[in-house]
Amino acid sequence: MTIGHHLDNATLLQYASGELDEAFIIVVAAHIAMCDACRQAAHGAEEIGGGLLADSDTADLSAGAFEQLMQKLDQDPSEQASATRPQKMDAASDVPAPLVRHIGPRLDAIRWKTVAPGVRKHDIKKASPAGSSLYLLHIAPGMAVPEHGHGGAELTLVLSGTYSDAFGAFSRGDIADLDEYVEHQPFVEGEIPCICLVATEAPTRFKGIINRLFQPFIGI
Amino acid sequence: MQAVLLVENLKNDVAPVSLAQEHILLVASISSSQDRTAFNDLFRFYGPRIKSIMLKSGASHDLAEDLVQIVMMTVWRKAKQFAPERGSAAAWIFTIARNARIDHLRRGTSQPYLDIDELEITSDEPNGEDNAIAAQRAEIVAAALKKIPADQREIIEQAYMESISQSEIAKKLNVPLGTVKSRMRLAYAKLKDSLEDLK
Repeated sequence: MTIGHHLDNATLLQYASGELDEAFIIVVAAHIAMCDACRQAAHGAEEIGGGLLADSDTADLSAGAFEQLMQKLDQDPSEQASATRPQKMDAASDVPAPLVRHIGPRLDAIRWKTVAPGVRKHDIKKASPAGSSLYLLHIAPGMAVPEHGHGGAELTLVLSGTYSDAFGAFSRGDIADLDEYVEHQPFVEGEIPCICLVATEAPTRFKGIINRLFQPFIGI
Repeated sequence: MQAVLLVENLKNDVAPVSLAQEHILLVASISSSQDRTAFNDLFRFYGPRIKSIMLKSGASHDLAEDLVQIVMMTVWRKAKQFAPERGSAAAWIFTIARNARIDHLRRGTSQPYLDIDELEITSDEPNGEDNAIAAQRAEIVAAALKKIPADQREIIEQAYMESISQSEIAKKLNVPLGTVKSRMRLAYAKLKDSLEDLK
């Protein structure tokens, strides 16, 4: 798979440092599952965490902290985890691994809700209902989503089909990493619908007023 | 077996060994022979550092102590899954601490990170060459971190060590969010360049 659109380096650092919220971590992880280059880059960003940890200040541990840990290990002598993969991957799955537990292994089994002519949506349940929203969009061929800005950052990962906007064509595995200042007008080319995974930052109240003006168009 | 030999070399001072190399060998020794002395060495180095970053991230004293126990327990349990082709021992332990911080301090979930780890698991035994490259990567990043400008280092430290979001960092430093992002990109680009020189 040739992936032409990758994660912004600032987003990679947020992923590695652990400051993204759940919806964004899932979209980044789904892209990383498909993109070798960004997976390597994420490991590079994690190496920064290692460097800072090794160079960190220290805080004294309570006396006997190590003995306490060894005691716990002795009381619960669970085996060390093995180095082999615990479960077999579903070869027929067209859903990246970090997304399977949320939407199941197949895109053609998703239940959609029509939100506008030619635009269907599937809200994804997260472990925590708070924070950014996470959903799938199913956009029919020939459809253009009206030009819109965002109340906050937005990550869009294409899972099937192709859409185009001012930034180019986006196909399976490509990710659009947009901040709140960007406006775009995605258009679905070709004969097949485009299915995207989207994380949208919860808009602040002030931005929400502007955002709501666009909501009737796309229901997002 | 190889790991044991390397540890023997280490003890006999056959060759000078960097901290990054030493830590990789300690993990290898925990993995191959449940070596509690090696685990104690690793605990003495990382325990107080993990506690420090948990305190900086807003944990109470008691929670920070508990998180050290949780992180080091995971290090022991998952030692066999340490893969030097992904990074150094310090980077691996950082990711375990990061995940514990998300799960127990931020009330989030580290599951997507675990899903990626699982994707990458291979049954190959780590070999000496992978270990050497991983140690070199850690040394290159440590050297590069010393060279990046103070304003970039400050932002990176707040993100990694205190887990403050980019918009919160912007507010705290009273600079636009775009400035925080561009300093992050600059810092990362430098580190990435030095890592690519290794390939």
